[in-house]
Amino acid sequence: MRADYFAKKKRNTLSVLLILTVITLVSIFITEYNVVKGITSVPTAVQWALSNFYPTKESLSKLPDILEKLKETLLVSIAASTVGAVFALFFSILGSNTTGVNPLIKSVCRSIATFFRNIDVAAWAMILLFSFGQSSLTGYFALFFGSFGFLTRAFTETIDEASGSSVEALKATGAGYLSVIFQSVIPASLPQMISWVLFVIETNIRSATLIGLLTGSGIGFTFNLYYKNLSYDIASLVVIVIAFTILSIEFVSNYVRRAIL
Amino acid sequence: MEANEQMTNVSSATDPFLKPYPDKRLKSRAWNKSLVVMRTTLLLLTVLTVYAFVSFDYKEVDFKEAALGTLTNIKVMFLEPHLKHFTFLQAVHQVFVTLGLAFLTTLFGGLIAVLLGLLAAENLSSRRVSLLIKGLVSFIRAVPTVLWVLIFAVAAGLGSVAAVIGMTFHSVSYLVKAYSESFEELDRGAIEALQASGANWWQIVFQAVIPSSLTYMISWTFLRFEINFAVAVAMGAAAGAGGIGFDMFMASNFYLDIREIGAITYFILILAILLEVFGAGLKKKLKVNG
Repeated sequence: MRADYFAKKKRNTLSVLLILTVITLVSIFITEYNVVKGITSVPTAVQWALSNFYPTKESLSKLPDILEKLKETLLVSIAASTVGAVFALFFSILGSNTTGVNPLIKSVCRSIATFFRNIDVAAWAMILLFSFGQSSLTGYFALFFGSFGFLTRAFTETIDEASGSSVEALKATGAGYLSVIFQSVIPASLPQMISWVLFVIETNIRSATLIGLLTGSGIGFTFNLYYKNLSYDIASLVVIVIAFTILSIEFVSNYVRRAIL
Repeated sequence: MEANEQMTNVSSATDPFLKPYPDKRLKSRAWNKSLVVMRTTLLLLTVLTVYAFVSFDYKEVDFKEAALGTLTNIKVMFLEPHLKHFTFLQAVHQVFVTLGLAFLTTLFGGLIAVLLGLLAAENLSSRRVSLLIKGLVSFIRAVPTVLWVLIFAVAAGLGSVAAVIGMTFHSVSYLVKAYSESFEELDRGAIEALQASGANWWQIVFQAVIPSSLTYMISWTFLRFEINFAVAVAMGAAAGAGGIGFDMFMASNFYLDIREIGAITYFILILAILLEVFGAGLKKKLKVNG
């Protein structure tokens, strides 16, 4: 009996390993990934970075320009997250199991969110680029759609987790739909929701860099400009500025999370 | 739960029925730290959003025209998709290239992250090593993936090698955080009991730590695989990593073919939804077994 158990366990582990190996080999073949080059290029890259990829004194003169672009990117990310959150709140209340009004509206709300969530922000940026050109609005709408889709899913789960029983209690006392929402659902879920919004702001700044690269705006464009000109010292300064910004935002949101959750 | 309790305190304090009988203790509870921080955060976010809309670089875009244009584009994209510059089978092949990139990065990232995650878990290594790795990892996480890929592209050339290494970097940092947090949840007593029975570090890891966190690890890893698929699409577009993302970039920036973008978007959308459904199923199954 015990020998059987261990033999079965061993067989399971072996078959999982075998499947993973096969998928790995197929992936390496199909993506034309060069394993040897992959391993050897890591030390090469580190060596290159240590000898070229750091800011010099001259590159600091570009700092005001970089900070100006950073501010633009930051504001776009924050605006997209907050407006996305407002829309997501509305959709999640209508789409959640505890507060949804009827099954049809519920599934419509959920499918809209799934649609927006699963088209990547990079794809949205390329679609929006046709009409909005290189203005801030391209990045703003791309991030807004992505944040809206993600936050609707997160908020729906939050509402279901935080307010199931209190909604029932309030309904039993004869409270109307709106008072249930404003007196119970929103107050109970707000801390968790703010935490999600802060998370989305962090993610959006990273995505904004990518969108900037694709659409030619914001801090992503600044990086690309210096990177393509081979001015690696200034490009590295941009990287450091972005990393510093994201770390500070992470710090602030961790503080807020500890205080409210 | 804690938040729930706090919130009920707060709402009872601001309840109009309580006003005729002012209660000092309740009133001071209404302005506790959590509420202050929450209101400040909301206020700050609102102010920044309004300021953002005022300061946006609109570049004289006629908003109404552009919005209508986008709607028309979206309609054309989804209702009249076609493939012009490659065949259906080629598109499927490109989707598998993107999936392959996502798989390789998740696998490499996962393997490295298990090792680093063990060293980053405070209960399995020393405090100093743990802090060092956690700091390093949060720096790696703070730099966007696309920048890592482009930095590696200087040494390895644009292509799948730079993309896989750059994306692996980011996957490692993400998974180390997830894994180490799940390792740290392991009961101190279990480790001590094993140590007392003379088990060495590797035995503790393979007999206690990893088996007890395995379900967590699988669901985090699969979540990362989903993210990596989206990232691989983006890297194809932004860093020449190949796959369906590159075709999308070409359709958008060179052929200006909105219908082809539509067809490619369908491919990505279908695959992303399939992954999400599969992930949800996997989670359910793991919950039942675990």
